Amino acid sequence: MSGHAQPHRWIARERLGYGEICAAVADPIQRRGPGRAWVIAFLGVLPLVLATVIAIGAVLTVGIGLSGVNTTVVWGFSIANYVWWIGIGNAGTLISSMLLLTRQHWRASINRFAEAMTLFAAAIAGIFPIIHLGRPLYSYWLAPYPNTMDLWPQWRSALVWDFWAILSYLLFSLIFWFTGLLPDLATMRDRAQSRFGRRLYGALALGWRGSARHWAVYETFHKTMAALAVPLVCSVHSIVGLDFAASLMPGWQESIFPPYFVVGAMYSGFAMVVVLAIIIRWGLNLQAVITPAHFDAMAKVMLFASIVMTFSYATEWFMGWYGGDHADRAVIAYFFTGDYRWLYYCLLFCNCLVPQALWFARVRLNLWALAIISIVINLGMWLERILIVWNTLSHGHAVSLWRTYHVSFYDVVILIAPLGLFAFGFLVLARIFPIVSIHEVSQLAHDEGAARGGTA
Amino acid sequence: MSAPLLAEFDNPDALVRAMRLAAADGHRALDAFTPFPVPDLTNAFAPPRNLVRPVMALTGFGAAAAMYALQWYSSVIDYPLNTGGRPLHSWPVFLLVPFEFGVLIAAITGLIALFWTCGLPRLHHPLFAIPQFERVSQDRFLLLVASKDTDATALRESLERAGALLVAEMHP
Repeated sequence: MSGHAQPHRWIARERLGYGEICAAVADPIQRRGPGRAWVIAFLGVLPLVLATVIAIGAVLTVGIGLSGVNTTVVWGFSIANYVWWIGIGNAGTLISSMLLLTRQHWRASINRFAEAMTLFAAAIAGIFPIIHLGRPLYSYWLAPYPNTMDLWPQWRSALVWDFWAILSYLLFSLIFWFTGLLPDLATMRDRAQSRFGRRLYGALALGWRGSARHWAVYETFHKTMAALAVPLVCSVHSIVGLDFAASLMPGWQESIFPPYFVVGAMYSGFAMVVVLAIIIRWGLNLQAVITPAHFDAMAKVMLFASIVMTFSYATEWFMGWYGGDHADRAVIAYFFTGDYRWLYYCLLFCNCLVPQALWFARVRLNLWALAIISIVINLGMWLERILIVWNTLSHGHAVSLWRTYHVSFYDVVILIAPLGLFAFGFLVLARIFPIVSIHEVSQLAHDEGAARGGTA
Repeated sequence: MSAPLLAEFDNPDALVRAMRLAAADGHRALDAFTPFPVPDLTNAFAPPRNLVRPVMALTGFGAAAAMYALQWYSSVIDYPLNTGGRPLHSWPVFLLVPFEFGVLIAAITGLIALFWTCGLPRLHHPLFAIPQFERVSQDRFLLLVASKDTDATALRESLERAGALLVAEMHP
C-alpha cells in the first residue's frame, strides 16, 4: 500500500541481486516451513475439497436430479460454473502470452501463478460439463475412436467443440506452464539441500543447464507458444460463447456472444489474478517484486474490461429492441422486470458501476479497495453467467414452458466447494514450485538496473 | 591447443564484454551458461537452423488437416446423419475442432523439438561436476572459450581484465 516513490517501477528495492531473487522465491519453499497461515488455510480448505469430491460422487451415483434443473431450465449452476471457471483460466494465459508478445516485462512477477491459476481453473471447469451430462459414463463418446457401435461424434454439436476446446486448452496450458517453469526447476535443483529435493527437482529440471544455445531455442519456443496461446484462448472462450449463440433461443442467438464472452473472461480472470496476487504477495513476502505498479496496471485492465462489458450489455439490449423479434424483446424486458430482476440489478451494480471507482489512482493503489472490487467483479461475472442461462431458458419461445429455477443444496455445494479445491491446488503448488518466475524476475532486475554490480 | 577456459562472471554485461574481447583476439567462444536469457548471447550462439518453428507449423497444420479430413470422412462417407436438413459437409463448424487440435499438436511437437535440439532430457551432464556450476542457475554467468594459442595465458589475462572472478581450465 506504499504510495511513496520507489527506486524502480517494477522492482521495489534499490538493489535486488540475482541471488536475493532466488532466495526470496525459493527459500520459503526449501528453507522454511509452511508457516501458520499456510497450515490454517490448508486445514480450512480440506473440508471443501472433501465436499467437492462428495458432491461429484453424489451426482455421478444419484444423477442430475440433485441439481435444481427442470425440464424447462435444463441448464443450471454447472454450466454457469463452467463458463466462470474457464473464464478465470483465460486471464492467466492472456497475462502470460499477450504481455510476453507485447514485451510488457512487468508480467515476470505475476505470470507464473497466473499460469498455474489457468491450469487449475481449466481443470475444474472441465469437471462441470461431464457431471452435467446426465449420463457421464458415456462422456468418452465425445472422442472419435473406432468402435463396435460404428458411431462417430456429432461434429455439429457444441458439446463436442467444448470437449476439444477444454482438452487442447488444458494440455496446452500445462506445456506452457512447464516450459516457463523449467529453468526455475534447475534453480530449485541447484539450491536443494535435501537428497529428496535434489532428486525431485533434478528429475523435473530434465538436465537444464542454462546454455546460451538452449536459451536461444527456448525463447523461440516460448514466444511461439505465446503467439499460439492468444488465438487459442480467444477460440476457447468463443466456443463457450457458441454453446449459447449456436442455439435458436432468444437472448442467446447473438453474434456478439463470442467476443463478449472473451472480454468477460478476461475481466473476471484479471480480477482473480488481483486477488491471488494480493494473497501471495502477503503470504510469501514478495513485496519487492510485486509492486503497486503491478496492481495499478491490472486495475486499468479491469477498468477497460468493465467499460467493454457495459457496452456489450447495452448492445445486447439495443439489438434486442432493434431486431424487433417479439421473443427477443420479451427476454430483454424479462431481464429488468422478471423473476430474476434483483439479481440482474446486482450484476449491473457489480460489473458496471463498482469498477468505475478504478478511475481514481487512490483506489487502484489501495490493496483493500482493489481486493474488494475484484471479488465484487467475480461475483458479478458469475451472476452474469447464471442469468444468461436462467433468463433465456425461463422465458423461451413457448409460453407454456415458462418456469423458474429453484436452487438446490447440491447447487450451492458445487458452486462453493470447488473454490476450496482451487485454493488447495494453489497451496500445494506454492509449497513445491516457485510461485514467481525466478529467471524472468532476474532478467527484469537486470533490465531495470536493480541488479547492478552483481552480488557478493 | 590448450584446454578451453571457463570464466565466471557475476553479471551478464561483463560476460558479453569478455566474449567480444576474446572474439576480437581471435579466440572462439564455445558456449555460455546463464541464469536467464541474455539477448547478446542468444544471438551469438543461436543455432544456424532453429527447427522449432518449422516443425510446429508443419505438425500443427498437418494435424488440423487430418482432423478436418476425419470430420469430413465420418460425417459424409461413414456415418451420414441428416440433422435438421443441414449439409453433411458443414464446413463452417468443422473448422473449430481442427483449430483446437492443430494448436495442441503444434505445442506438443514444439516441446519435443525443443528437447531434441537441446539434447534434453538428461539426468546428468559432465558440466554439473564443475564446482560453482550450481550457481549458473542462480547468480553466476559462465563463458566457455577455446584459446587459439597453445598457451592460454593471454586469453586468461584478457578474461580477468574483463572482470572474470575465476578462470578455470576445462579438461574433458
